Amino acid sequence: MEIIVCIKQVPGTTEVKIDPNTNTLIRQGVDSIINPFDTYALEEGVRLKERVGGKVTVITMGPPQAEQVLRDALTVGADEAILLSDRAFAGADTLATSYTLSKTIEKIGSFDLIICGKQTMDGDTGQVGPELAHFLSIPYVTFVKKVEEINENKIVVERMVEEGYEVIGMPLPGLITVVKEINEPRLPSLKGMMKAKSAQVTIWNHQDIDAKKDKVGLAGSPTQVIKIFTPERHQKGGMLQGNLETQVDTLIDKLKQGRLI
Amino acid sequence: MDYFLTDEQRMIKDLARRITEEKIIPARAELDEKEEFPWEILKILAESDLFGLYVPEEYGGFGMGCFENCLVMEELSRGCCGVSVSYAASALGAYPILLFGSDEQKKKYLPDVAKGTKLAAFGLTEANAGSDAGGIQTNAVREGDYYILNGTKQWITNGGEAEIYTIIALTDKSKGARGASAFIVEKGIPGFSFGKKEKKLGIRASATRELIFENCKIPAENLIGKEGLGFIVAMKTLDVTRPGIGAQAVGLAAGALEATLNYSRQRVQFGQSISSFQAIQHMLADMATEIEAARALVYQVAKSIDAGAKDVSKISAMAKVFASDVAMKITVDAVQIFGGYGYMREYPVEKMMRDAKIIQIYEGTNQIQRNVIALQLIKESTLTAN
Repeated sequence: MEIIVCIKQVPGTTEVKIDPNTNTLIRQGVDSIINPFDTYALEEGVRLKERVGGKVTVITMGPPQAEQVLRDALTVGADEAILLSDRAFAGADTLATSYTLSKTIEKIGSFDLIICGKQTMDGDTGQVGPELAHFLSIPYVTFVKKVEEINENKIVVERMVEEGYEVIGMPLPGLITVVKEINEPRLPSLKGMMKAKSAQVTIWNHQDIDAKKDKVGLAGSPTQVIKIFTPERHQKGGMLQGNLETQVDTLIDKLKQGRLI
Repeated sequence: MDYFLTDEQRMIKDLARRITEEKIIPARAELDEKEEFPWEILKILAESDLFGLYVPEEYGGFGMGCFENCLVMEELSRGCCGVSVSYAASALGAYPILLFGSDEQKKKYLPDVAKGTKLAAFGLTEANAGSDAGGIQTNAVREGDYYILNGTKQWITNGGEAEIYTIIALTDKSKGARGASAFIVEKGIPGFSFGKKEKKLGIRASATRELIFENCKIPAENLIGKEGLGFIVAMKTLDVTRPGIGAQAVGLAAGALEATLNYSRQRVQFGQSISSFQAIQHMLADMATEIEAARALVYQVAKSIDAGAKDVSKISAMAKVFASDVAMKITVDAVQIFGGYGYMREYPVEKMMRDAKIIQIYEGTNQIQRNVIALQLIKESTLTAN
């Protein structure tokens, strides 16, 4: 089974800084890690490989230093790594990113299953997985918390919904995005680390994947970020006065006014 | 200090450190409190390939040595010596096979130990044979293609948890120490059972139990080397594992210093952090200096062993004695600097102090180590004088 896992390098902090001029992430001076949700995608890919055999290819798009997250992925069981690095890819929104990933996967050719994390911790959109499936014209299931069954033609998964989960069967090739409940990612092994150190990471630019320059990076991104800011907190607490009965009456009035009851 | 580790050694150290930070430190207080064997953590160490560093590649290991084992021991012991001794005891049980076993024995037992799918243990100590290891009474009598074992081993680390045991027993009582032999005994065979699990001052996550042999019939091919070689097997094994115990002491002391440094910077008394007081600063300075000295000694001894040095008993004993005395002193000082908080179980240093004591006692008491060092010194001096 050919499994492809898409991962993203994100700043290793929750205090993401935004460049006020370009409204994109400032990556300089911040340690980078694999997007935490992607570690579950990677672990699931490796576990499925261990279950049914096959190969896990891991892809990321980013600056040259994003190679590190690919090497980290190799230490925990990925077999091959592809880095999409090209100045033309810079400033991509989710549409341009998923287009670029889809062209990469078309170039790879054969695959059975693509796994993505449910969202990134910096962008938080959760759009790349579904958009990628759209570009490749394959079915997808989001928020997967368990893979019940898998064979060459079909996968049966549990999908988290607000009040429980759905069991969904999907023909393969297809794509899933996973939630953190799906597994507990392993720590690296010494053999994995040794392999990762000497492994070859393939680096492709937009020409290598036959992508149109006006559809990648900032040029291919219809999303225009006007401003990014932390919203001010408006909530204000109030203390109810008087004896218990008065306080209860006041509270009920306030809840009615606010149409909460 | 930079010890100019190779890339591989750096990887091993980083991996062990990561496991310590992510898995051992968060679990250590509970493991200690519940006296629970750390199977989950040992499984992670196994999956990370850390059990087979010293085992040759042909038997499923990495073909590295004592030094790499020391790097792992040091990192794990920063977190918990109860965990690290369980890890180390498996190597202690396997080294006799590695050093003196036949190719068949190595093929049969070492791959599982290297993978960490089976733990090993080493059984020498008995109720009346501690420092005087020659006083063992467990005996093995040859009957055809078998040996019949009788006796009780005491305080065996990994007892009950390990699958593979190396046991020292007398095959010829009349010859004393020269009448001892080493055997491989597998868990589950008739006549081999476990006594009580000891309740200890420290290293409480580790399992320490009696091994009881009652007419336990083991195949003759489980003899390691040949009859009469038992004490040589035991002594040569301990020579190469003692630096690991030294590394355990270094790691423990380093963990105590880290905790103490953090605490002393945060603890405010008389309007300032206690790290600003010279009385504390001098203690911290001594702690750091002694750790560095102990580490340098342990590393150098381990490297000498790996380089094939002969007669390593003396330097191996030095590494163990010095580092364990340092660890004891430093953990006592750590509790002192923490003050009343240090005495409480909410903070890690009281456990570290409890754990430190055993390192001065096991794998040969520090008094016996000093005997070894002194006798060798005198012997060397005599040779030089002549």
